[in-house]
Amino acid sequence: MNGAVDPVRMVAKNMRLDLRLISEMVTPRARVLDIGCGDGALIGHLFRTRGCDARGIEIDMAEVTRAVAHGLPVMHGDADSDLSQYPDAAFDFVVLSRTLQAVERPREVLRQMLRIGEHAILSFPNFGHWQVRWQLLANGRMPMTGVWDRPWHETPNIHPCTIRDFFVLCAEEGYAVEQWLAVDEAGQKAPWRRSATLANLFGEQALFQLRKKAA
Amino acid sequence: MDHAPASPEIAHTHVAFEDGIALECGVVLKRLVVAYRTYGRLNADRSNAILICHALTSDQYVAETHPLTGRPGWWETVVGPRLPVDTDRFFVICANVLGGCMGSTGPKDPRDTDTVESWGIDFPPITIRDMVHAQKRLIDHLGIGRLFAVVGGSMGGMQVLEWAATFPASVFAAVPIASAAYHSAQNIAFNEVGRQAIFGDPDWFEGRYQAHGVIPARGLAVARMVAHITYLSEQALTRKFGRRLRGGQTLSLFGDRFEVESYLQHQGSSFVLRFDANSYLTITRAMDYFDLAADHEGNLSRAFAGTPTRFCIISFSSDWLFPTADSRAIARALNRAAANVSFVEIASDKGHDAFLLDEPDFHRTLAGFLAGCAEHAGLAA
Repeated sequence: MNGAVDPVRMVAKNMRLDLRLISEMVTPRARVLDIGCGDGALIGHLFRTRGCDARGIEIDMAEVTRAVAHGLPVMHGDADSDLSQYPDAAFDFVVLSRTLQAVERPREVLRQMLRIGEHAILSFPNFGHWQVRWQLLANGRMPMTGVWDRPWHETPNIHPCTIRDFFVLCAEEGYAVEQWLAVDEAGQKAPWRRSATLANLFGEQALFQLRKKAA
Repeated sequence: MDHAPASPEIAHTHVAFEDGIALECGVVLKRLVVAYRTYGRLNADRSNAILICHALTSDQYVAETHPLTGRPGWWETVVGPRLPVDTDRFFVICANVLGGCMGSTGPKDPRDTDTVESWGIDFPPITIRDMVHAQKRLIDHLGIGRLFAVVGGSMGGMQVLEWAATFPASVFAAVPIASAAYHSAQNIAFNEVGRQAIFGDPDWFEGRYQAHGVIPARGLAVARMVAHITYLSEQALTRKFGRRLRGGQTLSLFGDRFEVESYLQHQGSSFVLRFDANSYLTITRAMDYFDLAADHEGNLSRAFAGTPTRFCIISFSSDWLFPTADSRAIARALNRAAANVSFVEIASDKGHDAFLLDEPDFHRTLAGFLAGCAEHAGLAA
């Protein structure tokens, strides 16, 4: 590059569905940490539309460079080892979108999220979806779907879980589920809000907002 | 015997503070001169100033032909119109560090206001914080209450960290590049080799070489050669020189030489024409003393407690002098202080020197960070 300075870009237009839904959960002017923020689409959106003090952590250096080059406060780091560096209650919301299934120690990451933030917002692909279940039953092979789209030996997703699994984990850890919803990949909020069983069968992705139960 | 080069008296732009400066070591310099250069224009509300802090052997001639060497400014690829530090938009300041030899108060200067005898080896020990205090005097003199950004690489990055720790309200954004919060044992060791080379030069005269009309040129050149190796990576040296011989195909003991040897010799011999040995000793010592955490009960994050400054920490993958681990330690300390921090390691095989070279990802990162900060600061585009 010789001098041409990229302008700070609006990044919200092609934002993934779960990011759009997450941004609707965040209160204006909140302090937000987005773990696994990619190129920073969500934090850019939260700053511009909600006036949030939004920051990000990302493990892929090329994405970090892209984000910082667009003026977004993103640091290279990893959910498993860098969250412990932050002080208690440093953020109002800590976001982990589509990353929980890829971290080494999901339980510890969740604990850290609710230590450094008042609320945790998580999205993850639902391994309980009927297509996943059907493929494993019918073919006896690891499922490949639109959401679970990498073969078992290539996938970074080492800790897949279902929506029901996640409810169980929250109960075990003493987290209050403040909101949750299931969505399909095409971008529609799914109508199974009342039934976790149906959501677990038909929801391709899940979105949860948690907080610690008062001791 | 190496005679002192007939250095033409250059009139460096400067400001003199007749009330002097109290140094960390307790000595009070009766008079403080800060030589500096500026580029671009200060805006009406004085909110667009960027201070550049230079490295060990650079100086204030960032983005213009150097008056002594005739070579381009050391950061002409970064500072200028429509460049990452855009002088069409920002008012850029760079000052020669305290203890330097390009116009700011240093060992070459008279030791007192009423004598012409120079400090030489008796120049008091300077710290990075002393350098920053001297720069603060300049910034105050220029009528700038808050710097939009402080940017610097290597030792310049140490000054950036010190600025943010000492004057947090005066620094909106801080960019320490290829730097560290303390000088490592390895770095101190390399500096010591350089210093011993200078001490061993027969023209050293216990530091009073000026009185003898000579300079410890061979020692200073060796110091520079050692240091220069640490600025490069093995890949960079291999790419530039490999095992190529200069001249013929055969190697004699002292005749034909490897290209890398003559390159280093050239680096050494041109350096002594522009740099004072006592300044070299003073400034390398200042780097060695630097340990920002030690000044805050050993806890680096305390140096930045409650900081309002936005940080961008940048390292280079092949830099083994100020490795990425040092930058990551700064980023983590800033996390512990809940500071706003960006942290990027730029992939480069050019070693520590990468921050001075054409590295498009680095330039994009710096430009983007400054643009994002300008948006937060409400600076007009």
